Amino acid sequence: MSIRLEHLNYIYSAGTAFERKALDDICLEFPDGQFVGMIGHTGSGKSTLIQHLNGLLKPTSGRVLYNGEDIFAEGFDLRRLRSKVGLVFQYPEHQLFETDVFTDVCFGPKNLGLSKEETEARALAALQQVGLKEKYYKVSPFELSGGQKRRAAIAGILAMEPEVLVLDEPTAGLDPKGRDDILDQVAKLHRERKITVVLVSHSMEDIARYVERIIVMNHGSVMFDDVPREVFRHYLELEQVGLAAPQVTYLVNELREKGWDISTDATTVEEAVQAILRALG
Amino acid sequence: MRQWGLCVFRRGQLPYRIHEILRRRTENTMLREITIGQYYPADSVIHKLDPRVKLAGTLVFIVSLFAFASVEAYLLATLVLAAVIRASKVPLKFMLKGLKAIFILLLFTVAFNLFLTRGTPIFHFWIFTVTREGVKTAVFMAIRLVYLIIGSSVMTLTTTPNNLTDGLEKALAPLRRIRVPVHEIAMIMSIALRFIPILLEETDKIMKAQTARGADFESGNLIQRVRNMIPLLVPLFVSAFRRANDLAMAMEARGYHGGEGRTKMRPLVYARRDKLAYLVMLLYLVAMFFVNRIGFFAELIRW
Repeated sequence: MSIRLEHLNYIYSAGTAFERKALDDICLEFPDGQFVGMIGHTGSGKSTLIQHLNGLLKPTSGRVLYNGEDIFAEGFDLRRLRSKVGLVFQYPEHQLFETDVFTDVCFGPKNLGLSKEETEARALAALQQVGLKEKYYKVSPFELSGGQKRRAAIAGILAMEPEVLVLDEPTAGLDPKGRDDILDQVAKLHRERKITVVLVSHSMEDIARYVERIIVMNHGSVMFDDVPREVFRHYLELEQVGLAAPQVTYLVNELREKGWDISTDATTVEEAVQAILRALG
Repeated sequence: MRQWGLCVFRRGQLPYRIHEILRRRTENTMLREITIGQYYPADSVIHKLDPRVKLAGTLVFIVSLFAFASVEAYLLATLVLAAVIRASKVPLKFMLKGLKAIFILLLFTVAFNLFLTRGTPIFHFWIFTVTREGVKTAVFMAIRLVYLIIGSSVMTLTTTPNNLTDGLEKALAPLRRIRVPVHEIAMIMSIALRFIPILLEETDKIMKAQTARGADFESGNLIQRVRNMIPLLVPLFVSAFRRANDLAMAMEARGYHGGEGRTKMRPLVYARRDKLAYLVMLLYLVAMFFVNRIGFFAELIRW
């Protein structure tokens, strides 16, 4: 169930005085079951890119292939695609609208034309998967806290049982604990349901701990696409485009400069601890 | 406290997040401004004119169209309009866009004037009689309407909506004497204008978020379609109220208390070109008056 992007170009407001190129010849592949992190500063094109994955935006030129099928070809069922590629937007306020959380989560599966029983079973399962407590199910979504709203929004997508889950900045505006909770939950989903996860963020720290591959976007094109360790080797170049490697990368690199015999591969605090202990003997 | 935080930071010192938000705001406005109003950005003398001058100019032009009715007067009006359009550097295509909206009105006006004006008949078929006077009024009315639209398009195409409200506020300031809340009206207008692109963008995002959940905004009969709008309208209203509330709080926190004694960041001051523009307007009126007379005399002689 892979998604492939071939020479994708996207131009905003084409043909007007405000024309702006948002994506520039993107070629990418998202294989099954991968946990991918996508990172880039504001305006780098990452949000534009992910909206192509489920056909919300149509590329100015280039193709989007889902399992080898062109999603913009005549007769391709985009609605079915959207249930397979679940996209959770940054602001849960943009999608929560029902009178209570449970009914809201039912919206997605209901649109798939499922029976009432199936819809409710899926909604219940999704709510459990995101770890939202049962006492909130019958509460208005507008009364939830920021983190709970996020969970409800993610559940709304999960209830459609997608094969690919795309999350646009799921941790923006959350406190450190709320952030870790959400990301741990997503990682668990990835492990248990074996779905592909694309995590968009501008925090390297968030991404480094979970993903197996990082795509760095800059000015509408792919700057790096590799395993975290390799991407963070370019930490000086990352800084130049307004990003930063995790703090531990700086720490181990500085230690090395000070003459320590230490590996600079560490991307998480735990790995850094191990590396330092090893260096100390 | 949030507002206090914003106040003490100078521009260069803004923490990254706030800086980013500010930047994103301006980028979005640039992108969206085109869908509302119809401002066409260009670097021209007309763009740089004070909005009050442009308001006055449009008014003078429209009045002249209706006050002076002769072939010569319309020739002069055409020349002046062409010169202004040329100077504005806005492609003619955009000027003519506004005509689409009045096409039906134009058609009716011409038809009614053509067939219902009494006078010397030119030709006659079935129940319709076309008269010499009818043709004349029909053509004049068409010219008036078309020029009226193009004339006001010149103003809206070369002035940002915000600038226009500023101009209106200043121009209507004397009305405050008779207790018209000019400042408040202008403030309401500019806030409304400012919110159009924001809400448009919000609508776009909500539609996408719901489409991603399988919502369908296009198919179905009327009742189904209205029902399908609920997932769009509820978040939109919630967000509009939240934004209105935030804005009111932010304004109050910055000490906003209405128009009394309020200063402007960019006060409207007449420059040399603005005074020149007024002079041009006056010359235009005088010329119009004489040209119209010539037409009048010429017609007298012909008769």
